[in-house]
Amino acid sequence: MVGEAKRQATEDRLGALTLPEGGGWLGAARKDALDRLRAVGLPGRRDEYWRYTDPRPLNAPEPEGAAEAAGDDPFAGIDGFVITVDGDAVIVPDGAPEGLEVDTLRHAAGADIHWAREIYGTREAAGSRPVSRPFGMLNTAFATDGVLLRAKGKVARPVHIRYAPGTDPILHHVVKIEAGATLTLLESGTPGNRGNTALEAEIAEDGALHHLRIQDPDPKRHVNTHFFAALSARSVLKSFTLSAQGAFVRNEGTIDLTGDEGSATIAGAAFGRGDFHHDDTVFVTHDAVDCESRQVFKKVLRDGATGVFQGKILVKEGAQKTDGYQISQSLLLDDDSVFLAKPELEIYADDVACSHGSTTGAIDETALFYLRSRGVSKRDATDLLVLSFLAEALEEIDDEALREHVNDCLAGWLSTH
Amino acid sequence: MLKIENLHVKLEEEDKQILKGIDLQVPYGEVHAIMGPNGSGKSTLSYVLSGRDGYEVTEGSAALEGEDLLDLEPEERAAAGLFLAFQYPVEIPGVGNMTFLRTAVNAQRKARGQEELSAGDFLKLVREKAKTLKIDAEMLKRPVNVGFSGGEKKRNEILQMAMLEPKMCIMDETDSGLDVDAMKLVAEGVNALRGPDRGFLVITHYQRLLDHIRPDVVHIMSDGRIVKSGGPELALEVETNGYGDILNEVA
Ligand SMILES: Nc1ncnc2c1ncn2[C@@H]1O[C@H](COP(=O)(O)OP(=O)(O)O)[C@@H](O)[C@H]1O
Ligand SMILES: [Mg+2]
Repeated sequence: MVGEAKRQATEDRLGALTLPEGGGWLGAARKDALDRLRAVGLPGRRDEYWRYTDPRPLNAPEPEGAAEAAGDDPFAGIDGFVITVDGDAVIVPDGAPEGLEVDTLRHAAGADIHWAREIYGTREAAGSRPVSRPFGMLNTAFATDGVLLRAKGKVARPVHIRYAPGTDPILHHVVKIEAGATLTLLESGTPGNRGNTALEAEIAEDGALHHLRIQDPDPKRHVNTHFFAALSARSVLKSFTLSAQGAFVRNEGTIDLTGDEGSATIAGAAFGRGDFHHDDTVFVTHDAVDCESRQVFKKVLRDGATGVFQGKILVKEGAQKTDGYQISQSLLLDDDSVFLAKPELEIYADDVACSHGSTTGAIDETALFYLRSRGVSKRDATDLLVLSFLAEALEEIDDEALREHVNDCLAGWLSTH
Repeated sequence: MLKIENLHVKLEEEDKQILKGIDLQVPYGEVHAIMGPNGSGKSTLSYVLSGRDGYEVTEGSAALEGEDLLDLEPEERAAAGLFLAFQYPVEIPGVGNMTFLRTAVNAQRKARGQEELSAGDFLKLVREKAKTLKIDAEMLKRPVNVGFSGGEKKRNEILQMAMLEPKMCIMDETDSGLDVDAMKLVAEGVNALRGPDRGFLVITHYQRLLDHIRPDVVHIMSDGRIVKSGGPELALEVETNGYGDILNEVA
């Protein structure tokens, strides 16, 4: 039952939106999501997973500020198949890599793309239990466009979704990895002055999805991302996000291990200063035997920045031999910055190994002195120690070339931001 | 030369005087050794000279080539030509040894108004210096000091010294934790750097390092003061009789 204030806030927000045209399967999915959203309402400060992050910037009917111009492409130099998202519309060039089917949500509305239809809104709805994801629901209902990707084999070239900022865009991507297929998916840029993006992924038996996202430096970014993934037997998910600056970032990940011997990693490195609020909210569910999951998140905060980590491992009954790992760490470069962590384990099986930890620390003065005694300036020495701190999270990127690429980006940004 | 006059140092946080009037001059071209019992203030002296936080100079001065060191930031002292080989080199995970070395070398070159070394030139130089210290490519690639043995850490300190080419090298118990072979390598590395334009202040607890690095002058430090100075024979005296006799004699 939604209280009156919440109901009103929800209706105010919905009043500023229009449901995209087009009926068919997509219209039905949108309507279903809208009904689900109305049933729970938009979040308030008292809702369990919004205590550390004020949802007001997302609840407001209109976004703050105008869209900024796009920055440099952080994946420049990586030979990817680049799909541009220009504000609210997806532009797919010709020449998709072999083994990959590419379409857009806008186009799919009038076509029966069965594999996308089966996933669209389904993973999001599943990911809203037991914790509702109101902005995920809103996304499913109102997304104007999105990228639909189906990997049918081992796709050699990475797919790169590159965002050029628009005004308050809502984008919804669907990824299907067929049995034994693999795909590397890159994302970069800022979707808009306030972006809401959802990525729903299903990975079939023995498939693998490598997801690498760079939220490149944009001090005004307001963004709420949702990643809903389901893994079948023996499949692999590796997801890593690098965030640099951003006024408000909430990255939500909801990962379901539904087949035996699956392996999921969701990791991130973030750094920002001043008016920087960065939230990683992750929910990993083990619902099969012999699966492994890792959550590895590191944040570097300075000049009054705020970092939030809310991570849960849920091991369902019968999910024996689960190996679950979670670590969240922050490096605070001054006393004004804060890190708020809510690590959770909920276990209903007896033969499991789960561990979690969370730490907050300051710069190591001895290491700082060591570097400075070699002639490195205090600022550069601090940057090196920041890189040192974040390195463990970057280790979660499997591909060595990509890892080095991300490390170079990070080093470059640290020296200029 | 390094010139220390009447240096008094206390802990910043505590009312504890550690150095109680040190007078010391190390001209370029000479190697001076400082020996002394544990807790006499040897490491403190090396830290105060290189600019570590936590100490307060209450009296006295320290200058390199006439330039007052004590007002400078640690990186400025390094650029002025001071180098400290740490007693306990620090591990820095996630930062490659090579990256660290290049950052340091180029930072100092920049501070001195020299051009940065190109990647190629740098690599050539490192390889050459690393070879004589028996530091292999693998060790250069690894994160700074992480997983290094005691001997590897100390050799890595000497490599940094060789790369940075300081005017005044302070070595704090570089021999501790070294086996004979590692000590020989370290000593060879140091001896290769000896020259008319460079001074050394070698802090050591034991005589054995001084068999390999022959000092010009040996100072005995006790309770924050230099209580006796002499030639290399002083180190031998310590070796045979311990500190007891010398300390009694000056007391
Ligand atoms: N940061 C510090 N905090 C507390 N005591 C210190 C600190 N630094 C040095 N001391 C004390 O000062 C004295 C000299 O220490 P140190 O310089 O390490 O001697 P040495 O290197 O000759 O063994 C010791 O009594 C030591 O405990
Ligand atoms: Mg000592």
